[in-house]
Amino acid sequence: MSEKLKLVDQVQAINWNRIQDDKDVDVWNRLVNNFWLPEKVPLSNDVQSWATLTPEEQTLTMRVFTGLTLLDTVQATVGAVSLIPDAVTPHEEAVLTNIAFMESVHAKSYSSIFSTLASTKEIDEAFRWSTENVNLQKKANIVTDYYRGDDPLKRKVASTLLESFLFYSGFYLPMYWSSRAKLTNTADLVRLIIRDEAVHGYYIGYKFQRGLESATPERRQELKDYTFELLFELYENEVQYTHDLYDSVGLAEDVKKFLHYNANKALMNLGYEAMFPSSVTDVNPAILSALSPNADENHDFFSGSGSSYVIGKAVNTEDEDWDF
Amino acid sequence: MTATAVDDHTTSADPAAAEDGKGPVTDAPLIYFSSVSDNTHRFVTKLGVRAARMPLLTKEPTLQATRPYVLVLPTYGGITGKGAVPRQVVKFLNNEQNRSLLKGVIGAGNTNFGETYCLAADIIAAKCHVPVLYRFEVMGTSEDVDRVTKGLEEFWT
Repeated sequence: MSEKLKLVDQVQAINWNRIQDDKDVDVWNRLVNNFWLPEKVPLSNDVQSWATLTPEEQTLTMRVFTGLTLLDTVQATVGAVSLIPDAVTPHEEAVLTNIAFMESVHAKSYSSIFSTLASTKEIDEAFRWSTENVNLQKKANIVTDYYRGDDPLKRKVASTLLESFLFYSGFYLPMYWSSRAKLTNTADLVRLIIRDEAVHGYYIGYKFQRGLESATPERRQELKDYTFELLFELYENEVQYTHDLYDSVGLAEDVKKFLHYNANKALMNLGYEAMFPSSVTDVNPAILSALSPNADENHDFFSGSGSSYVIGKAVNTEDEDWDF
Repeated sequence: MTATAVDDHTTSADPAAAEDGKGPVTDAPLIYFSSVSDNTHRFVTKLGVRAARMPLLTKEPTLQATRPYVLVLPTYGGITGKGAVPRQVVKFLNNEQNRSLLKGVIGAGNTNFGETYCLAADIIAAKCHVPVLYRFEVMGTSEDVDRVTKGLEEFWT
């Protein structure tokens, strides 16, 4: 980094037996229980499937993953770390160090995918593309600039938008391949990343909302305006980036719906109302189902479309907790 | 079992208070749990129906339902689904009367959690033989609010 990072002013021994915010412990436990490493996923089973992709599809996939690698690197080395001096509790600092580490695991995971599927030459070319693509560089620069700013709550907004919105132009593709029974192990790995990012976005968004509690109405309005301005700036760039990547395979419009859907969730993580209307968030059901098998419309009992009265799925019921 | 941290903390602080009964009585047609994040709380508030919120801490006496109601709750826990149902809700449903008055469940969650999206609603539906009525993400969109408001009206008629 070019300038000195601000460090926490004063450090006291962290006492996990005296908790100011239960959410810190809750999220810490969740992150620890979710811990994983790319070596656990049998990526090599995707080698045959990779060979069935056209050269264009392979190039697209490599570019998507270098883009995600760049964002994870930003989040690991700048983003999560920049939030530490703003932490209100020592346990929040500890959670943020966990988040920073997992972002490094994510960034490394894409390299595991590359080394399994592609040649050194192809990998180098994809990384070269990522440094030369204007829209990708712009997205990393916008977020990094906000991280270096002097407003702790604005940093949290930038971070939540990165975790809950900016990754999804990339996450779309492995879900798309998975829905077509391709690169399914790679998709399994990416689902682990998506799950982690969901916890990160939830937690940082929650801390943002806690920070708002003591803010004046004027300050709240300022932060709300700022959030929507930043989202629009990122969104416009994201649309360009999506066209750069997906026009060659004709998927850009489908990806944009996924962007809108996730932008809404990013806003909700920050405590704001969803912005995009349902007419533009109707994500392809195959993509949604690749993300979560529970997400389909058949679970809407009110609409009468499904058979939700019968729950066929086996679930862990933790019988020791229930009295019946 | 992997309890959520909130519960580890509160039960260890006061293990004797974990018994049921003697909590506030409610005749609300909608009963819900929402953590301090308030996501589910925000959704329920937008529905414009009379609703009762379960206490945040497991050690506090739980609610007593007195009429048929719909339960709204988020899912906790990780990949295995263990600890998916918040402990406060387990305590509430361990009360036989509360259980017998339950008519349906609405789940809050995030599809990014994959197979555990709204799992707590599935678990309760299976255990109590009631339908999962609806699922929504985070704090719900305006469309979710409209559909649930309308759906609940029809459900009770």
